[in-house]
Amino acid sequence: MNWSSAFKGVTAPLLIDNIDTDQIIPSREMKTISKKGLKKGLFANWQYVYAKRKKIGLNKDFILNKKEFSHSSILLSGKNFGCGSSREHAVWALIDFGIKVVIAESFGRIFKNNCARNGLLTIELTRMQIEYINKLIKKSTNNNLIEIHLRRKIVITPDNKKFAFNIDPFVMGILLKGQDFIENTLLKERVIDSFLKKDKIKRSWAHL
Amino acid sequence: MPLTLFEKIWNSHRIIEGENQPDLIYIDRIFLHERTGSFALKSLKERGLSVKNPKHVFATMDHIIDTFPGRGDETLMPGGKKFITTMRYLAKEFNITLFDIDDPRHGISHLISAEQGITLPGSIVTCPDSHTCTLGALGAIGWGVGSSDCEHALATTTLSGIKPKQMKVTFNGKLNEGVNPKDMMLHLIEKYSASGGSGYAIEFSGDTIHMMPIENRFTLCNMAVEFSAFTGIIAPDQKVFKYLKDRPYSPTNNWSENIKHWKCLASDDNAVFDKYIEINASDIYPSVTWGLSPEESIPINGKIPRANNLTNHEKNKDMASTLEYMGLKNGQSLMGLPIDAAFIGSCTNARLTDLRSAAKILKNNKISPNIKAICTPGSADVKKQAEQEGIDKIFKDAGFQWREPGCSLCFYAGGEGFLPQQRVITSTNRNFRGRQGNGVRSHLASPVTVAASAIAGKIVPPQTITKQ
Ligand code: SF4
Repeated sequence: MNWSSAFKGVTAPLLIDNIDTDQIIPSREMKTISKKGLKKGLFANWQYVYAKRKKIGLNKDFILNKKEFSHSSILLSGKNFGCGSSREHAVWALIDFGIKVVIAESFGRIFKNNCARNGLLTIELTRMQIEYINKLIKKSTNNNLIEIHLRRKIVITPDNKKFAFNIDPFVMGILLKGQDFIENTLLKERVIDSFLKKDKIKRSWAHL
Repeated sequence: MPLTLFEKIWNSHRIIEGENQPDLIYIDRIFLHERTGSFALKSLKERGLSVKNPKHVFATMDHIIDTFPGRGDETLMPGGKKFITTMRYLAKEFNITLFDIDDPRHGISHLISAEQGITLPGSIVTCPDSHTCTLGALGAIGWGVGSSDCEHALATTTLSGIKPKQMKVTFNGKLNEGVNPKDMMLHLIEKYSASGGSGYAIEFSGDTIHMMPIENRFTLCNMAVEFSAFTGIIAPDQKVFKYLKDRPYSPTNNWSENIKHWKCLASDDNAVFDKYIEINASDIYPSVTWGLSPEESIPINGKIPRANNLTNHEKNKDMASTLEYMGLKNGQSLMGLPIDAAFIGSCTNARLTDLRSAAKILKNNKISPNIKAICTPGSADVKKQAEQEGIDKIFKDAGFQWREPGCSLCFYAGGEGFLPQQRVITSTNRNFRGRQGNGVRSHLASPVTVAASAIAGKIVPPQTITKQ
């Protein structure tokens, strides 16, 4: 994903608070040791209709199953999105579906970090701003395109209002440069090793 | 500058101070389990990276394995065996200590990391699991991460992060009869919401905590993540030092020197926290959840709040769908609500103290004939000690299944689960939709409430049984 220019995408509102990672992808949907193909399990409890634990079809009422939203790349949600289990599959499943940005009032900490490590942008807006966008989209589902400028740190609503957001400059740097997180730290190995050398003397009890 | 306990540990581990950026923090120990650890190791291998210090990395099998007696690598979870064998193979390849299924040190990662003396006061431990915060009970920072960050820790022995804000939660006074640390956390989360701790590291303090046995402190810190906190921590005291002495991986040299060092691990008297919460222990009653978030709890003799008391329109809709899922109504009381199953287990409430207190209630009693009841001790060591004390017999005589250690029915991974619409009273930490099986209605409660309810066949507070 190239974040250096503006990004415009279909936005699906899912305005429920505390959507936990078990909802984003239930445990039973994480069947293989692979990051691919997880969109089948994305929001599985809502995506499908079940009878006696068996999937018997798609849930037509679920937003991402609706025609206007089947190509959503932005998700709009409430408070504490991605709380709960640390499973990174939640992020991989969203990415696999095509989600590039999640806008919410706040995020689960681990989820937010997992997003940053995988190039998924998380944006925090206020409740009022989120409800404003939600209303617009609900009023006319064709009016569901949101524009995002990462460099300028603004979200442009379907009716052209600009909402500014904050982002950790470190995460922004990584997203803009598409840098690898681990390699970035491995460059500092010398500093780490000299810390370790001193620490082994200072806190010998902590070293096996 | 006066510092909090968390800040002291954080600062002593800071390799690079990030200006306007995350700090680079040294990580003392890494713990892996077969569910997410296998991912991290596999990805590391694919990238051709190595584990920087395998001596400080440990692994267990807890999430996917079966808990039926006589179990092996086969598990009910479709594709589950692959996680187990991959973990085993990669642990060996990377030279990591693995507590495999048959190992007497085996168990749920957050339990055995303490039992084995792997987590020490003043240290920072990580695990690709959100309940790593459990270990704060030993005066350590338990830092739960995702697979990518775990990979980062494996390859570099560091994590990068912004120091969280500081919150002090004080519990003072004597706990009411039948109140367990689980109830304390349900009370806190109900009052301040499931996101109330978001952005904070929480130090639990107050005389209620000081008086509390170490095993109960794990339950408190374990639930810090359900409050959305970065982690929970408790200043280590004599109880902690005694707990850690002679554990397999505890330091053997200079024990008194170490204690001298660990004793300094407390917040300075004039340390400033960003937020304070004070709770009177006597305000807490045995509680149970009615909804799909740990914040949706009430004292067992209370009533579910009425949706029209909530102002937010969306929240009302949300509440209606929650109640429909749970098969409950606005304003309903949960006391006496019939249940189909009871579960005692998980990293929240499956330690010896938990099993002992549940056994006290189960002794000379039988569970209701209509329900299924299961107990999975948290670790092989807990199981062994419980059996030495005859606790297994009490559970079995009462009608509980007595299982092998593991996460088991704490979460449904497509393997063993309860049935749709079954109502379960459970000592676990998450009542999320479908967490214990598709359509399952989970009610979180303390292990004593679970035991009492299993006997009654319906939700009742623990005193109901003890008073009989
Ligand atoms: S017992 Fe439950 S909460 Fe604890 S580590 Fe296992 S699955 Fe997670």
